[in-house]
Amino acid sequence: MSSRETRDPIGFAVAAVNRLAQSELIDRVGLRKQAEQAVYSTTRNGFRVATAAGRTFARAGRSAPGARPASAGSSGVFDLTPTEDEAMLVAVVDELATELLRPAASAADEACTAPTEVLAAAQEIGLPGLGVPDALGGIMEERSAMAGTLVAEALAKGDMGLAVATLAPGAVATAIGLWGTEAQQQTYLPAFTGDDVPVAALTIAEPTVLFDPFSLATTARREGDGFVLDGVKSAVVRGADAELFVVAAQLEGTPALFIVESGAVGLEVEADPSMGVRAAGLARLHLSGVRVGADALLGDTDGTAYRECVRLSRLAWCALAVGTGQAVLDYVKDYVNGREAFGEPISHRQSVAFMVADIAIEVQAMRLLTWKAASRATRGQDFAREVALARQLCTEKGMRIGLDGVQLLGGHGFVKEHPVERWYRDLRAVGVMEGAVLV
Amino acid sequence: MINLETPKKQAGLIDQAHQLAMNMLRPISRKYDRAEHDYPHELDMLAALIDGVSETGATGGAGAGGVRRDDKPSGADRATVRNGANLASVLSVAEMCWGDTALLLSMPRQGLGNSAIASVANDEQLERYKGTWAAMAITEPGTGSDSANITTTAVKDGDEYVINGEKIYVTSGDRADSVVVWATLDKELGRAAIKSFLVRKDNPGLKVERLEHKLGIRASDTAAITFTDCRVPAEDLLGSPEIDTKSGFAGAMATFDNTRPLVAAMAVGCARASLDLTRDLLEQAGVVIDYDRPAQSQSAAAATFLRLEADWEGAQLLMMQAAWMADNRLPNSLEASMAKAKAGRVGSDVTLSCVQLCGTLGYSEGELLEKWARDSKILDIFEGTQQIQQLIVARRILGLTSSELK
Repeated sequence: MSSRETRDPIGFAVAAVNRLAQSELIDRVGLRKQAEQAVYSTTRNGFRVATAAGRTFARAGRSAPGARPASAGSSGVFDLTPTEDEAMLVAVVDELATELLRPAASAADEACTAPTEVLAAAQEIGLPGLGVPDALGGIMEERSAMAGTLVAEALAKGDMGLAVATLAPGAVATAIGLWGTEAQQQTYLPAFTGDDVPVAALTIAEPTVLFDPFSLATTARREGDGFVLDGVKSAVVRGADAELFVVAAQLEGTPALFIVESGAVGLEVEADPSMGVRAAGLARLHLSGVRVGADALLGDTDGTAYRECVRLSRLAWCALAVGTGQAVLDYVKDYVNGREAFGEPISHRQSVAFMVADIAIEVQAMRLLTWKAASRATRGQDFAREVALARQLCTEKGMRIGLDGVQLLGGHGFVKEHPVERWYRDLRAVGVMEGAVLV
Repeated sequence: MINLETPKKQAGLIDQAHQLAMNMLRPISRKYDRAEHDYPHELDMLAALIDGVSETGATGGAGAGGVRRDDKPSGADRATVRNGANLASVLSVAEMCWGDTALLLSMPRQGLGNSAIASVANDEQLERYKGTWAAMAITEPGTGSDSANITTTAVKDGDEYVINGEKIYVTSGDRADSVVVWATLDKELGRAAIKSFLVRKDNPGLKVERLEHKLGIRASDTAAITFTDCRVPAEDLLGSPEIDTKSGFAGAMATFDNTRPLVAAMAVGCARASLDLTRDLLEQAGVVIDYDRPAQSQSAAAATFLRLEADWEGAQLLMMQAAWMADNRLPNSLEASMAKAKAGRVGSDVTLSCVQLCGTLGYSEGELLEKWARDSKILDIFEGTQQIQQLIVARRILGLTSSELK
């Protein structure tokens, strides 16, 4: 409620009755007994719990700069054809999205959690290791921002929330691959390319109005030969289960990234179910005097790595918006051709058909902007402008597509029988999210 | 491999077009906006220069000369991704329109009629029409978007056709030395009977009735032309004289697949002129546009600018996509219409919003911003309005016929 609102006596009475009615209702339909949601429901009501116990990552390697994926070359030819490797990867992911993600999406949205079979399948096809150089056990020889973009797009065509859940560990692995020291890479990356990929979250966002990722409220201060972290991060993917975090915090006035393992003292996680992307199990991460070693710093302290991290994360969100936008287009296309009113399919009316045309035009524009930024990143070129414009377009037009998708189905779009209301909620995420995914 | 940059091998050409636009078009831009209907004689020298450059092959076939589709690539060639004349054309047209859209439209020997000739003429005609400056006459006083409904007639009489009718909005209709006219051989047979004819301007049956006074692109002459018992030799009918009720109109409409990306390019170029100048003026006023910080944390002007630039980039890339597909012999009707729809509306939004950002400075004739805001409007109208493009896109996406989605 806005702080300008005040309750008068009748307002208090109504509020009290309302609370009571709500709790009776909850008991009546037996929502409380769902065991698998117990932790989540508790935290939903405001309680915080310690982060998952997690695993111990055995320290290895030197603090020398780690291995870096090479930038891709360029023939200088304008081309919209993915490479053979990219096309093969996308074909596999497309199938995963159609066969697994889409059917699981509605229940996962409801439960605010991703089913294990979806996560296992993503792990099986090696998605968490996509951004890891092959020297460190990954699958790509070169920088894979373009491949990652195509994968995110294809996954989100199945479901954005599940796409975020499956891509989150890869975001941390890619970040360590790009900016980690040799020691950080050898300590953490083997786990991401193995059979038991850790739950991991890249956390940049904070729950404040007008959030600016270049001016963080979360702080890191040097103490001894390590750092002490304080603050609250939001949109933490699968926060309750996460074993490893990469946390963005302001260090001496400049944002930097820190690797934090879930066992650290002073870490608490609180469920933060949001409007959409619910299958990703979004949470807030509270850091109170969390001590980490000098080797926790990921990348530099002049903000260069961090800036690139923010851009690459936004790029991934753009790709997700493109995939979900395409899902809306494919869905409404069939619906307006099948739904009849006044004796003919509603697609025969220009007011309906033109909305579909505009969705098609803007989805393609979003895709081309996103691809341009991704291909520049892959070649190691500056892509600040391109990713900013892609994010701008994907935010604005993505939201419009979600809105029109529901509108085209009318009342049917507003109920959960159809997925368009979920896409409406998911597409709103693109403009507010920072972190979580990265290509 | 995905890459959406300006092709490396065309960078020189584009740069050249930009220099021409900056040094030859911009200096006379306001002059001919004010002196509507005066012939911009400076363009003769520019046209000669462009002809010279084309002769060397350095343009890669660029220009509004249109593109032929019938030269199929050999088997080995098919696997190679091509950046050819279509891409070179849209990119150089955009640069020229960054200079001045109306002057680009007035460029001698680069008329839309030339595009039609290049697209549908046979080899003998191509040779015979070499060097002509051809305008395009489709619209009639009673017929705009529904071009299948034209009433201008062509009646076979011996080895001549006799054309009667009135055409309006003929770009370069006064200055060109020939006009490609759409006329029907038999109104009863509908669109299949529509054919195009090349009519020389010295034909006594052709009369330029008047020139229009317009909102924008005033340097470009827009003529109303009447054809009264206008006799043309039968060999000046472009394409096949047969009335093929199955695909007759498709041939004529195919011209649009080539010209729509070009009009999109005009909108992209015109809008970028506005963006470039506005950005400069904003920066002089202390407004910094930061690509990393969230738009809502920057000034409203910077946020608006980012929104405009993102939309513009979308239009530019859709335009490049349509041209790239044509270069690689992929059917591109859908993408050509998408590009024109997006570029048309973005052109208007960007140029009008830039006037808003610059206040009375932008509204005044002291800068060219107000002119670009007037010039851009036609680009969402000619070669198929916004609504026609949406219709085409919608029919293709939804798989509907023109009788289902009217």
